[in-house]
Amino acid sequence: MKQIKIILGVFLITALLLPLNSMAGETPEEKGLEIVREADRRDTGFLDYTSDMLMVLRNRHGKESNRIIRSKVLEVQNDGDKSLTVFDNPRDVKGTAFLNYTHKVGDDDQWLYMPALKRVKRISSRNKSGSFMGSEFAYEDISSQEIEKYTYKWLRDEVYGEQDCFVVDYYPVDKKNSGYTRQVYWIDKQEYRTLKIEYFDKKLSHLKTLTFSGYRKYLDRYWRADKLLMVNHQNGKSTRLEYSNYRFRTGLKPTDFNKNSLKRMR
Amino acid sequence: MGALLHSLAKSAVKNIRVFFYAVLTEIILLAVLPSGLFAFELTGYIQSEGKVFFNRALFSRQQRSSLSLALQPELYHEWESGSSFILTPFLRIDNADAERSNFDIRELNFLWVHDTWELRIGVGKVFWGVTEFFHLVDIINQTDLIEDIDGEEKLGQPMVHLSLVRRWGVVDLFVLPSFRERTFPGRRGRLRTRLVVDADGATYESGSKKHLDLAARYSHTLGDWDFGMYHFAGTGREPTFRLKRTSAKPGLFLEPYYEQIHQTGLDVQRVSGNWLYKLEALHRSGQDESFFACTGGFEYTFVNVAATGLDFGLIGEWAYDERGSKCTTGFDNDLMAGARLAFNDSASTEALMGIIQDMNNSGTIFTLEASRRITSHWKINVNAYLVLDSTKTEGLHDYRNDDYVQLELLYYF
Repeated sequence: MKQIKIILGVFLITALLLPLNSMAGETPEEKGLEIVREADRRDTGFLDYTSDMLMVLRNRHGKESNRIIRSKVLEVQNDGDKSLTVFDNPRDVKGTAFLNYTHKVGDDDQWLYMPALKRVKRISSRNKSGSFMGSEFAYEDISSQEIEKYTYKWLRDEVYGEQDCFVVDYYPVDKKNSGYTRQVYWIDKQEYRTLKIEYFDKKLSHLKTLTFSGYRKYLDRYWRADKLLMVNHQNGKSTRLEYSNYRFRTGLKPTDFNKNSLKRMR
Repeated sequence: MGALLHSLAKSAVKNIRVFFYAVLTEIILLAVLPSGLFAFELTGYIQSEGKVFFNRALFSRQQRSSLSLALQPELYHEWESGSSFILTPFLRIDNADAERSNFDIRELNFLWVHDTWELRIGVGKVFWGVTEFFHLVDIINQTDLIEDIDGEEKLGQPMVHLSLVRRWGVVDLFVLPSFRERTFPGRRGRLRTRLVVDADGATYESGSKKHLDLAARYSHTLGDWDFGMYHFAGTGREPTFRLKRTSAKPGLFLEPYYEQIHQTGLDVQRVSGNWLYKLEALHRSGQDESFFACTGGFEYTFVNVAATGLDFGLIGEWAYDERGSKCTTGFDNDLMAGARLAFNDSASTEALMGIIQDMNNSGTIFTLEASRRITSHWKINVNAYLVLDSTKTEGLHDYRNDDYVQLELLYYF
């Protein structure tokens, strides 16, 4: 009798746990979150990196203009990354620098340095949909992607560019201040790198597509793409980013990311 | 041309101390550093400027329009350690106002950088403040008033500046070994007071401009708040005027008099969503009776208006000065409203419009600053300044015929 009770108990517990267990593995939301968590886990521990970027803005008529930008990124434990960005070109904005403290929850802290006036100005980061330097990238596209900023849903598996990919929907948590209703990510199953993002605007229509190419592995672990191409399907403009000189673990410290260092950065 | 050369020579003599610093620094630079170890980075701009006044001048010899050329190169080097050297001379040649043709060293300094401190020695430039219309608390650098009426252009200031970076904030300590006189338009310049200011004939409470001025500031960021407070002890940057008659030139002049002052200042900014809230306040003693002044307000930005990519910002500010009609800045009780438009296009097209309204007397000023990039090296600026209304008893009344539009073409290298 006692044995039967135990068997029954075990059976009951298993019966209760099974659906939960299978749900955890199978709901598209849980699976989406798991994929993003894994991608995030694989990219943690880089500590810091610096890079150079050429940004090429292209209008409808194919006319191009360039911006040259250098940036430093510091990984922060238990919060979003800190970054410092400075412009070299166009010449009139040379020395203009941008300091960003990303937060997992709530608005980022942002400061802008205007070299002609030697003035550091705290700026509002609430609205994320504004253009970054006249490009097709919005602030929310270039800022550090923290898990907490979106909710997720796995859609399907699909081959993209000869690679097996997860296709995952990202929904912004701050719906009011994001320019998007959803973003669709193609993440490869082998290395968990983002290969493509499709952006859908407030009217749910397809606004932009971002594709990543020339992925390289740094420190035998961290993948970074050399080229990003953002195409705006609604205005016919595009922006190309070409990264170079990636350097990881350069020994940057929190003191390299304050208002004093913002004024010095050039 | 003779007058031009004369004025350039005069400003060169005025800057002789700065020249001395320049030469000294260069000698140190050459002596200390192994040659060929580093290369300088040369950047800067050339600006040509045309200004047209809408109305006939009020005072004789003032010009109807002016043409001007400015050059501001910048030599910079940074060592691996993060320490750096900068040299930024500034030269302007103006065909209307001989006083505006001048040479200045905007920056010439060494900066040593460590984890927890920075030391800057030489001629430098420092800005304090948060508001957009009136920069009340900014005091380290003297205003170059003939360069621009808006008070944002500054002269280089010799300084020893130590910045201590701590977890609980930043402490900035300044020793300012020599004083720079404010610049004023000459007899032929527009936007001047009816009596010409004899800028070179300035007198000092301390007896000379070699007084050692001191300043200390504490600033920090706490969440959504950025704030700073300072105390300044030394030669006031803002002169009071005395009537003067000289034997050399006919007529009456205004003679600037620089008092020894104590000034405590505060600047606070809070960011909350799309709102920025700003406040600057100061207390000054030593210049007649001690007084309190403040300015503050808000800035709200509509980002990406109707998904057009356009940013539209609204600015509302108020300035108050306890001295009332004895106020030397013109901002005794003034309301200011502004609109900022950023097109976020590849040419970075921007416009900032503002209206300043005197609340005690009738007095209204309209300002416009617009800019657009032409190529990656060229940029065009359009500025306008209109005195819409003024009262006889106010200083602004002397500017009532000086409405202008200014076109600037800049080449950046």
